[in-house]
Amino acid sequence: MHLKYESTLREPLVDGVKDYHQVTEDIISPIEAKPGKLWYIGLFISIALLLFGVFSVFWEVYFGTGVWNLNKTIGWGWDITNFVWWVGIGHAGTLISAILLLFRQGWRTGVNRAAEAMTIFAVMCAGQFPIWHMGRVWMAFFVLPYPNTRGPLWVNFNSPLLWDVFAISTYFTVSLLFWYSGLLPDFATVRDRAKTKLRKMLYGVASFGWTGSTKHWQRHESLSLVLAGLSTPLVLSVHTIVSFDFATSVIPGWHTTIFPPYFVAGAIFSGFAMVQTLLIITRKILGLEDYITLGHIEAMNKVIVLTGSIVGVAYLTELFMAWYSGVQYEFDTFYKFRAAGPLGWSYWIMMTCNVISPQVFWFRKMRRNIMVTFIMSIIVNIGMWFERFVIICTSLYRDYLPSSWSYYRPSWPEVGFYLGTFGLFFTCYFLFAKYFPVIAVAEIKSILKTSGKNFKDKMDVYEEQSVEKFAHDNTAHH
Amino acid sequence: MAVKKFVVGSFDDEAVLFPAVKKVRQAGYKIHDVYTPFPVHGLDHAMGLRETSLHTAGFIYAITGTTTALSFMSWVFTTDWPMNIGGKPHFPLPAFIPITFELTVLFSAVGMVMTFMYLCQMAPFVKKHIFHPRQTDDLFVMAIEVSEKTNAEEVKGFLSSVGAKEINEQTAEAGWWLGRFDREDKVFAK
Repeated sequence: MHLKYESTLREPLVDGVKDYHQVTEDIISPIEAKPGKLWYIGLFISIALLLFGVFSVFWEVYFGTGVWNLNKTIGWGWDITNFVWWVGIGHAGTLISAILLLFRQGWRTGVNRAAEAMTIFAVMCAGQFPIWHMGRVWMAFFVLPYPNTRGPLWVNFNSPLLWDVFAISTYFTVSLLFWYSGLLPDFATVRDRAKTKLRKMLYGVASFGWTGSTKHWQRHESLSLVLAGLSTPLVLSVHTIVSFDFATSVIPGWHTTIFPPYFVAGAIFSGFAMVQTLLIITRKILGLEDYITLGHIEAMNKVIVLTGSIVGVAYLTELFMAWYSGVQYEFDTFYKFRAAGPLGWSYWIMMTCNVISPQVFWFRKMRRNIMVTFIMSIIVNIGMWFERFVIICTSLYRDYLPSSWSYYRPSWPEVGFYLGTFGLFFTCYFLFAKYFPVIAVAEIKSILKTSGKNFKDKMDVYEEQSVEKFAHDNTAHH
Repeated sequence: MAVKKFVVGSFDDEAVLFPAVKKVRQAGYKIHDVYTPFPVHGLDHAMGLRETSLHTAGFIYAITGTTTALSFMSWVFTTDWPMNIGGKPHFPLPAFIPITFELTVLFSAVGMVMTFMYLCQMAPFVKKHIFHPRQTDDLFVMAIEVSEKTNAEEVKGFLSSVGAKEINEQTAEAGWWLGRFDREDKVFAK
């Protein structure tokens, strides 16, 4: 048999007594059941937020970007802060599905589907900000290189802002393909179990006629592996390119070579925090504690403490370089305008949330505590939002000309727009949690025999027997 | 496209399925396909299937993406509209790398997924015969083609001897057709 054998010492990835059918039953039955009251309340709030966001955006487009509190000094405010924050959130999904697949991390199977969905919704939210920031959005297609009537005048391929266009759209497309190709077999499972005609029809269309043929599985696995291989450098490139938006400029506080790795680490940090926030709620509401176990939560907390510490090292490196480089402007930006200065409060929120607080996860007890994890995940998300804010606003609000120095606070359409993307994100997530298998059913089944609790227990009995047999044989021999 | 006769056996464990596949092949019966709820590693080898070349296709698409991006940007900036952007050179290769990389990935991913769909004949509204409703749940279903020479009863007996739990005979369209899963089969090619 080619089924791999995993150490019995390792914590099981699937708890409880399960066979293949039970796995299907546990994960698919929430799709077939009526949603609870909480789901309706959640969806209602999300849609309300979304509508408020739509109204804010309408306001901004109708009256112009002047309704935002941006000015000549601070040309990027909440909009680009939110853009970078949302893109960062997306990264954990790809990391879980691609990098952990290549590294053969079995625990990814419990969380990858929801994390990938999160990626797609987060990138959808992120993309909104640069687009509406353009002001005359009806000309947004100008960023695409197409034969046109203006010359032909092409776009500037030297500009990091254009690289962003390619990076984000490629990232979205590839994540969507990866996610959907993984969903096909699970849609087929829902289809074949369906009792109502409507469900059979809809999931039949969505499953593209998947049957589970061996040849199809073989190609599917090849596809997943190559897509993972492509997504791994892709996810690193996307946030690297986002960091180029800043790093290639000559603004003190932005112009540093540490930005690409530092942004990537920060993205993974905030992304994992968001995965924790979502999954802790999802597993509770859908009763999936057997599949998203404490082991999964602990594994993700380890990633959080690692990436959080990398981010912390990056902050300290920046401070060191600002001093060591001997550049007055760099020194002032970091020591006078960030750490002190009128917007200094945001810097200290960032430091507390991102560097100090995640250190609690050095303790196993804390890593395995659901409540601590949940609160920490929120803190990290706040901290990472402030990181983007600190980088953008505290670099811009004190520029080379003291006469143009200003302070920045957002206007209501900026806040409304941000809330609106929360609405979009959670509306999508609520619909996903109701109508899609939130856990990759087929993938869980493929690790069940090696990592399920049921099978591990059997293996323990088997090992005990063989130890006894060994002892018996040895005594008989002497 | 042809309606064929099949003997269908369902197994409830992949550990039973593997030796069964081997024995069925040794006995000389033609396995139409084996349907599993999850990828069973090594089953393709046991069935004697050829390795897929999908990844090779992916590589070709990737190279296409690289070439497209590099040649297009070079053409635009050196030949079609050589514009002076802040005194930068007209052929700034390092600045082309991010977009070249993104297009390489994009071409490869999109191309591979489309090739995957084409090879597996998958698309919305494509319908295929499902031999057992639980083949996407917890059963491993083997469909053996019955020709004029094979005796269906004999195949059934053989399947049960190698550990199949549920065995039956089905007449079904072997390929795919356009249709919906909530409707009765309307096979266009008979």
